Amino acid sequence: MRKVNQKGWFFVLPVLALVAFNALVPMMTVVNYSVQETFGNNQFFWHGLGWFQDILRSERFHASLGRQALFTFMILVIEVPLGVIIALSMPRKGIWVPVCLVTMALPLLIPWNVIGAMWNIFTLPDIGLLGYLMNHVLGVNYNMTQDPVAAWITVIVMDVWHWTSLVVLLCYAGLVSIPDAYYQAAKIDGASNWSVFRYIQLPKMKQVLTIAVLLRFMDSFNVYTEPFVLTGGGPGNATTLLSIDLVKIALGQFDLGPAAAMSLIYFAITLFVSWLFYTLMTRNDTQ
Amino acid sequence: MALELRAISKRVGQITHVKETSLILEPGRFNVLLGETGSGKTSLIKLMAGLDRVASGTILMDGQDVTGVSPQKRNISLVHQFFVNYPHMTVFDNIASPLRVAGLAKSEIQGRVEAAADVLQLRPMLHRRPHELSGGQQQRTALARAIAKESTAVFLDEPLANLDYKLREELRDQLPELFAGRGAVVVYATSEPAEALMLGGRTALMQDGRVTQFGPTAEIYRRPNTLISARVFSDPPINSAPVTKTGDRVELGHGVGWQVTGAAAGLGDGAYTVAIRPNYISPVRSEASHVPMTGTVQITELSGSESTAHFRMGAETWVSLAPGVHPYRVGEDRVFYMDPAHCFYFAPDGALAA
Repeated sequence: MRKVNQKGWFFVLPVLALVAFNALVPMMTVVNYSVQETFGNNQFFWHGLGWFQDILRSERFHASLGRQALFTFMILVIEVPLGVIIALSMPRKGIWVPVCLVTMALPLLIPWNVIGAMWNIFTLPDIGLLGYLMNHVLGVNYNMTQDPVAAWITVIVMDVWHWTSLVVLLCYAGLVSIPDAYYQAAKIDGASNWSVFRYIQLPKMKQVLTIAVLLRFMDSFNVYTEPFVLTGGGPGNATTLLSIDLVKIALGQFDLGPAAAMSLIYFAITLFVSWLFYTLMTRNDTQ
Repeated sequence: MALELRAISKRVGQITHVKETSLILEPGRFNVLLGETGSGKTSLIKLMAGLDRVASGTILMDGQDVTGVSPQKRNISLVHQFFVNYPHMTVFDNIASPLRVAGLAKSEIQGRVEAAADVLQLRPMLHRRPHELSGGQQQRTALARAIAKESTAVFLDEPLANLDYKLREELRDQLPELFAGRGAVVVYATSEPAEALMLGGRTALMQDGRVTQFGPTAEIYRRPNTLISARVFSDPPINSAPVTKTGDRVELGHGVGWQVTGAAAGLGDGAYTVAIRPNYISPVRSEASHVPMTGTVQITELSGSESTAHFRMGAETWVSLAPGVHPYRVGEDRVFYMDPAHCFYFAPDGALAA
């Protein structure tokens, strides 16, 4: 009979304590709020699943969730293919490699609220570089503080500008790890560029691409700082994404119960979709 | 059908990877490129395959100039040291891929793939993917692709280097018969002298981007044209030391000298470099003509049925490789016996004198 060494548990304990401290304890506080009602004086009353029912039936939540889903969908549809294309067109050898890599990494190094502020100033109709150019040089009416469509376009372009680099760098890492021998074999076979991409580069990039899609999904679904600084959720509620709405309920209106319930639903959706993506994208590996 | 290289060379910037090389490689037997890592074997193969451009010279296939022709138009195959297969295709599709690109009929592809799979015992694996195969099977898939393609030239760049010992031997035994009768020029690069000897055919010895000798494998093993060739084609490394010839005697110093016979006896007096393979230095005297050399044992290796000893005599270290188990002790002084009949004598410029 094999003897199981129970000492291994001691090595797991520090991690367990850390995770409990930074994830489990705060989350259980949220769970606690989500099933209670308070009228002040730090007195709480059991409310059951009432808040969850309210949130799931709330039109405001549906609208925010819809905007969030649309935002994330567009981000993925634009950033993933764009990132792959840019990674494919980057040089793999020579002095331009570090130049390209540093240029690509720059947007990722800027603090998120700075990005929001940057783009806010950039797009101001009268003094912003882009805003002035559009309105006074090209003659296009562009004002993202008043026009919902302009606001949406700006929010998405900003995110593409900020985050496509992440996809590029991950894909590039996958690409440079392909040995030259594969390209030589393809060359000898007379494979077309498309075949090289389809049968060599894409399969070899699959792992990093899975990571890239997952990261981009989670980050864009939970995005807060940049659109909040840029538009504040406006004009009206046009760019009020789920996280912005959540902060409004929790800290603006101080409705702790509904906000807690909404947080948990938000978390469940993120978790479920991430799991779905991961399962679908890695399914073929185990077949 | 032959592959002819006329004074081809390859430079990258200031560095010369392949110095002017001329060879005529014929089908029917293996053409082995033998040299250490970095001696230019892979560079030369890339030039022959058309993956790299030559800096000068011409390449002819079957009398046709193919120097600037792209690899896919040359009808060649390349099998790498790494196992290169399309990762998300089955073994069948991997073998069939060049045939599909060439636009062959479905039935023709089916036939050729199955024939190649039979030769390489891949039949049961045709529907698996490369990552589900062992290293040996992956490399056999790459070989099957080369065979199914019916290339006019097949380049095997250290194809067995990443396989474990047993598989390597097994596949090496199969290789010559695999390509026999297919009419393809087969070029096989290796860094192991023993492998070149086992494959037979012809061998080109390479050193520093230059082919130092080319000819039937056994012949160049017996008569290396230069000291460099002798060094390339010897494992463990060949022993060499300066000697002085006076009359019919050569003196090695340290009181070691012997009477020369045969062709060497006709050499003029003067300085030469003597070279002798380790297997002609033994701790046992089997003939009276063998020359005793006393040295201090420094390193010993016992590999089953052979004993290796490195011993120091004066400034030089000598290697003895003898059959049987000989218990050496490191640090002891010991007498070894060298067979002078198998000595090579090289002139000061490195060329074989006798």
